[in-house]
Amino acid sequence: MKTPVQFRLNGEDVAAFAESGANLLDVLREVVGDLSVKGGCWQGSCGACTVLIDGAPRLSCLTLAESIAGRSIETAAGLRRGAELHPLQIAFMERFAAQCGYCTSGMLMAAKALLDRNPSPTREDVVEALGGNICRCTGYEPIIQAVLDAASGDRRRRA
Amino acid sequence: MAKHRGRGVATINYPIGMNLGGDPSQALVHSNPTGKFTVTLSSIDLGQGMKSVTRQICAETLGVPVEDVFVDTADSDTGPHCMGSFASRGTHRVGNAVMMAAREARAVMMEAAAEELEVDPADLETDGRGAIHVKGAPHRSIAVRDVAIAAQFRQGRTIAGRGIFLVPLSDVDAETGEMTPATCYAHACFIVEVEVDDETGDVAVLKMTSAYELGRALNPKLVEQQLVGGSWMGMSHALYETPEPYYPDTREGPRDFNEYLMPGPGDICPHDVAVLERPASDGPFGAKGLGEMCANPVLPAVANAIFNAVGVRVNELPITPEKVLRALKARGGAVPARAR
Amino acid sequence: MFELRKDIFADERDDNLKEIGQPTQRQDMLGHVTGTSTYYDDHRIAGLLHLKVLRSPHAHARIRSIDDAAAARAPGVKRIIRAADVPVNLNTLLSLIQFGKDDEPSLANDIVRYKGEPILGIVATSERAAIEALGLVRVSYDQLPAVFDVEEALKPGAPSVNATYPKNTFEYHGKYDHQKLRYGDVEAGFAQADVVLEERYQMSPIEHAPVETNGSIAVPDTNGRFVVYTSTQALFFSLDTAAKINAVPSNQLHFIGGTVGGGFGGKVDTMTEPLVILAARLTGAPVRYRFSRHEEMQFGAPRGAERIYVKDGVMRDGRIVARKVRAYFDSGAYTRLSSYAVVKCVAHIPGPYTIPNAHADVYCVFTNRTPATAMRGFGVTALDFALECQMDKLAVAIGMDPIEFRILNAYRDGDMKAHRREAKNCALIECAQVAAEKANWPLREQFRRMSSRIGGGADRTAAGVDRSRAPTPAAPARTAAAAPQRVAYERPAPPAPTPPPARGAPPPPPSPPAGSTHGAPRFSSVFGTRRR
Ligand code: FES
Ligand code: FES
Repeated sequence: MKTPVQFRLNGEDVAAFAESGANLLDVLREVVGDLSVKGGCWQGSCGACTVLIDGAPRLSCLTLAESIAGRSIETAAGLRRGAELHPLQIAFMERFAAQCGYCTSGMLMAAKALLDRNPSPTREDVVEALGGNICRCTGYEPIIQAVLDAASGDRRRRA
Repeated sequence: MAKHRGRGVATINYPIGMNLGGDPSQALVHSNPTGKFTVTLSSIDLGQGMKSVTRQICAETLGVPVEDVFVDTADSDTGPHCMGSFASRGTHRVGNAVMMAAREARAVMMEAAAEELEVDPADLETDGRGAIHVKGAPHRSIAVRDVAIAAQFRQGRTIAGRGIFLVPLSDVDAETGEMTPATCYAHACFIVEVEVDDETGDVAVLKMTSAYELGRALNPKLVEQQLVGGSWMGMSHALYETPEPYYPDTREGPRDFNEYLMPGPGDICPHDVAVLERPASDGPFGAKGLGEMCANPVLPAVANAIFNAVGVRVNELPITPEKVLRALKARGGAVPARAR
Repeated sequence: MFELRKDIFADERDDNLKEIGQPTQRQDMLGHVTGTSTYYDDHRIAGLLHLKVLRSPHAHARIRSIDDAAAARAPGVKRIIRAADVPVNLNTLLSLIQFGKDDEPSLANDIVRYKGEPILGIVATSERAAIEALGLVRVSYDQLPAVFDVEEALKPGAPSVNATYPKNTFEYHGKYDHQKLRYGDVEAGFAQADVVLEERYQMSPIEHAPVETNGSIAVPDTNGRFVVYTSTQALFFSLDTAAKINAVPSNQLHFIGGTVGGGFGGKVDTMTEPLVILAARLTGAPVRYRFSRHEEMQFGAPRGAERIYVKDGVMRDGRIVARKVRAYFDSGAYTRLSSYAVVKCVAHIPGPYTIPNAHADVYCVFTNRTPATAMRGFGVTALDFALECQMDKLAVAIGMDPIEFRILNAYRDGDMKAHRREAKNCALIECAQVAAEKANWPLREQFRRMSSRIGGGADRTAAGVDRSRAPTPAAPARTAAAAPQRVAYERPAPPAPTPPPARGAPPPPPSPPAGSTHGAPRFSSVFGTRRR
């Protein structure tokens, strides 16, 4: 059985037929074709599949696709505006905060949720926000630094 | 009941490459008709930076800017053979192959430039910014782009090169173990400071200080990535990780990251790293490999720091709170060693 | 903090380079931060089928019967793959370089030897359909006694794990159940030692835990070829292994990979490619075989656990005079790469120290657990743990500072190593000095002045007693005889560091470093040449 689901993905309207019981991760990757979302465990333990649903960080592998009808989804593919990178993307590059890059999409989205909600996070806030995201390569420090950089860069730009 | 601090140290070396069956890798380098280069490999980038480090090696050897080189890997139809990305062999073995290929391509490029400038190739040098000029006479110069166009459309030359690096098989003596296991060795000394809670058995790593010697830091940022990430993994191995918590008993195996424990972003600590470079005579620009050895010294350094803090030795990994508590109980409580 | 100590060994380097040494951005970084790096699973393929395998619930059992009739009729199921379908159903990873015998089936046909061993595969229109069909397969087993402990596995009467190696040990040189290291005379060393310490160490198995699990996709191409997108760490290694198991010419396979979501050694074993290619051949359709996280954690090969016994003899003046190691590598049910880890471990003994008498016996042992494989630091990580814990204990036993103790015993240029090659290009002492300095760990003057370089070591006893590191008479004879086999790897690589003075066969016995160099110029690479 397939069910039609309509939602907004990175600002665009999307309609997809989802297998009943399918999770959002599979629908985004295999039906809609947004390959920026990664799966690392398919059971809610790695954070690689983190997307924003109406601004809140959610694990797409644990989200029933049918439940997102009418809601707004953000993924790493929508971070950049045209050719311009999001401050988080720039900060991740400058801090060399990715090695294999497989956790990066999820990290970026978890960080974006934090900065959208709290533009001046402390280190503890960043640690808390990234606590559900596994990175096997970097040792986390460059990622934490990148998020802090992006936040302070944003503050500087606004000032 | 108290928290105790201690410091521990370990020094290690690590062999680069494998000695089994011979250890070859190949590379191809070629220019397109406007002087931009492609390195073609079948080597794998697992995050360690294979594409990036071979790109820099190629650019340096050719004498062109790094932006003029891209690395294409890994396709078995186009990339020549590579043993694989393991045994800390990538930078060293593949790097050498790329260097050899780039040297061959460079020689053709210089001949083509010499023909255009009507000089001897030996009198030419690259400026690393995309031009080739006569030594001592920078105004007599030609852009690499124009050389490539001339080579392709007038001279009929291929600005291309092939490279292979092979470490032949070393026999292992059955009776004595005599062998040539590796071509060069990287080194490290690692000092770690821990705090042990004698009530919970919990061990927190407070600070890491290290010195790694790896021949040549081809790209210090990539080196830092490996050393910081690798030492995190070492700390994780020392204190957290196991798929068989009661080994050799096979009970209680974890199935996901909720059950398989690793330190998270809140469990890490500052790491003060120094890098030394003693070039290996056979390494690309002296480089060795660092991808594996970066984690190794952390395990014993943590164990030794725990002894320094509370006077117990845990000889079985990982050093879980349960093991620390059992050891403390057997010892009759914490006995801090002389402060370090 | 990250610091490049360019001042040390500066005289051995040409730092006149343009691109080398630059903190250039990674070629793949933009792709990573925009989510556009293409991993093996980032290909949209129409009509993709999915392969999942049935895994043994027992650590050791004989398969009495398999009933897959209901599974074959289940919705979405396209094909069942049985052991008999695998063209060459016995392989060993290192067979490509003729090391070891074929010992591992792709699908078990009569006996399962570890919990999680693949028995049969189901290809279906979705992963879920495949998994649901697996639940309909009925297998009956006769359980067999299993062994999980490496030393138990070596006892007479232990259950035999691996039919190819019935005695539960890999075979070295066609005659030994272990690899030996013999250098000097350890027993004489122990007799001479002031303190002898023997300890047992146990490494844990470790899961590589890359965030991307193992997987591959095989797509039938034109001309009868197959494009294989793969997470392998070794493209041709996996291609050749898959070609052998499928009995197809290697040029029928077109492997594409190179961008991998972490590996750490866990993506060398070619665990998915042979079967996914077979599935594509049998169905004529593209097929994906991707490990679940549970499969990756428990049935994907882990870092093997090693048990290591170390016995050391040390003098009160700080010299280690003998080191004896007995180690058991837990290979799990099949060889994979553990046979090689043993060799690498033997070569690493006795660690980065010059010890005149060294002795080791290292075993690759089969047990009824998931086959182990390479992981970051393969063959060495556990040994380093054992040896460096041991170094700490020895230092305590003789009342010496642990860093000074290591510096004293550190190998230096020109020393003879236990695998009978001369040490060169050493830098352990300098690393110890720099780390100690950074950590404000006080070292006495003579230890701050030592150097790895020839003539830079001063004498090697803390007490100032001349220290002979001569191996016992037996060793140099063999060393000398072996010298011509040494291969020079030096290549005309500009900028070559100053080559060390040409040395012939190591002098029997190696002359102790001259004590009179104390205070000579360039005495210490770290403290002697440091520009402040
Ligand atoms: S894939 Fe969703 S948390 Fe791992
Ligand atoms: S960069 Fe590899 S998992 Fe984070």
